[in-house]
Amino acid sequence: MKVNDLILQTTTTLLTFIILIFSVYLFFAGHYTPGGGFIGGLMTSAALVLLLLAFDRKTIQKALPFNYLSIAAVGLMISVITGVIALFFDVPFLTHTFGYVELPLLGETALTSTLPFDLGVYLVVVGVAMTIIQTIGESE
Amino acid sequence: MNNLVILPILIPLITATLLLLIPKKVKLQKVISVISLTATTIAAMVLVHNVYMNGIQTLEIGSWRPPFGIVLVADMFAALLVLTGVIVSFTCVLFSFRNIGKDRENFFFYAFTQFLITGVMGAFLTGDLFNLFVFFEVMLMSSYALIVLGGTKIQLRESIKYLLVNIISSALFVIALAYLYGLVGTLNMADVSDKIAQSGQTDIVTIVAILFLIVFGLKGGIFPLYFWLPGSYQAPPYAITAIFGALLTKVGVYSIYRIFTLIFYHEPQITHQIIAALAIITILIGAIGAIAYWDVKKILIYNIVTAVGVIIYGISIATETGYAGGIYYLVHDMVIKGALFLLAGAMFTITGTDNIKKMGGLIKRHPLLGWMFFTACLALAGIPPLSGFVGKILLAQGGLEQEHYIFVAVMLFSSLLVLYSVMKIFMNCFFREEVLSPKEEKGTTKGLVYPSVILIALSAFLGLGAEFVYPYVFEAAETLMDPSIYIQAVLKE
Repeated sequence: MKVNDLILQTTTTLLTFIILIFSVYLFFAGHYTPGGGFIGGLMTSAALVLLLLAFDRKTIQKALPFNYLSIAAVGLMISVITGVIALFFDVPFLTHTFGYVELPLLGETALTSTLPFDLGVYLVVVGVAMTIIQTIGESE
Repeated sequence: MNNLVILPILIPLITATLLLLIPKKVKLQKVISVISLTATTIAAMVLVHNVYMNGIQTLEIGSWRPPFGIVLVADMFAALLVLTGVIVSFTCVLFSFRNIGKDRENFFFYAFTQFLITGVMGAFLTGDLFNLFVFFEVMLMSSYALIVLGGTKIQLRESIKYLLVNIISSALFVIALAYLYGLVGTLNMADVSDKIAQSGQTDIVTIVAILFLIVFGLKGGIFPLYFWLPGSYQAPPYAITAIFGALLTKVGVYSIYRIFTLIFYHEPQITHQIIAALAIITILIGAIGAIAYWDVKKILIYNIVTAVGVIIYGISIATETGYAGGIYYLVHDMVIKGALFLLAGAMFTITGTDNIKKMGGLIKRHPLLGWMFFTACLALAGIPPLSGFVGKILLAQGGLEQEHYIFVAVMLFSSLLVLYSVMKIFMNCFFREEVLSPKEEKGTTKGLVYPSVILIALSAFLGLGAEFVYPYVFEAAETLMDPSIYIQAVLKE
């Protein structure tokens, strides 16, 4: 019997975008309000898991052809490098800088070098969570 | 401020992330591993020299002043262990090039090893108790992966036990940290020590100290808490057991030394007496295990337990001689346990068995292996001029000065049993009539012996060059003796 999950798939396509946007919001909100790389990354993987639930694995792999293990490794690399950069300015490891920058659309924005560090955390969380879920899903 | 302190942690970490990106290029992985370990070794050497010339080196991570930020502290004790740890893991990695096999190499073996080294180096260098916990976890997670990698039946069974024990001990660690934080309101080691010195070590602090002893005893394998060790260390292949036996338990031992010399040193009649009693029983249990088995790996594993007991006792002696002996024996034991496991790994490669009764006459075709093993046995038992002698003589001297006669007697007696246990391997496996004809041998020792030759040369250097090494060890012992040196270097008051 063929299962008809039209409702699930339609709502998923809609919901995924909302969840993804909320996860990105959480990621950027982390410096001043609750949120940050970890919860943002977890929320993103939640959106991806919802896609996996609604569609089969092969479709998702075609739509999002990422190697999640590499994503985790790249994230780790980004986090470490943000720390290493401090070494070149002759300050201790992981010393961060902070400043106000005039950006084209956003106007005066507070930017800090902890943002790339958090981006690394975000990528590690997404990579690891998706690797775990996909590996368990694939093994017979 | 000195960014040199972080290099032994940073280089393996960056290497590990690089190796995650190239899972299928095993050749390239080997090259990168060797380059990074060479760089780490050089960094560790420079660090030891730097600490020797300029005193304790600290790095305030993120430019936050302690006790508010995390601080990395390289005193002589930590720096010496970092150097020894890197050299031993280097030789284990060299050994695994020929021995570990394609199945494991294709599944991030070298990356996990680098993560393990990151954790061990971090645990040695950190000056913050919670950071110590984090580096313990980095080390343990990689060891979980390494112990189960390959997925044979015995590995699966033993990794479950290993995981359970370590998760429980990690939970206890967090609880102990929570109690301590509730009591003193800080987790920076120097600051905790300062606060406890000011308010006095009350009974509740002593209880927390004993909780820490239980936690690190579980990691390090002291008497009632060693039960997981023989099974778990037997499961993985020799290259991995070597790195475990040389590094993992020693991190627990290092932590016991650190907290009982720096933080909880005010009530020695309680804490140090408990450590003394446990250490003596640990020595005996290890020696009994070592003579009881006819299995090469089991015998060597029980020798780890004995050595842990001997090293731990250095804390109870609590004099400069005692600490120096403990540190010397710790460094020696890391080197020689690495060498012994690697040599036993080469024996296993030839014969395909760990059972002593199924081997014999190996010396005919493998003289170098045989005599290397013989030298390692003598070094382990503490025969001059090899490295085990200096540590034991210092411990015996310190013990006699402080009238710890039982310990000295037990230690000397255990040396005899340890010598008997490893000589049993040597006499039965290398002499007697030959059991295996050249055709029956399961593999060659090509490329398997030279890593242990490096370690045995190092052991001989530690013994013969004791005049050269001793000033470094003595400086480490001096720092342990006087916590104010450490506190001043960190807090700069």
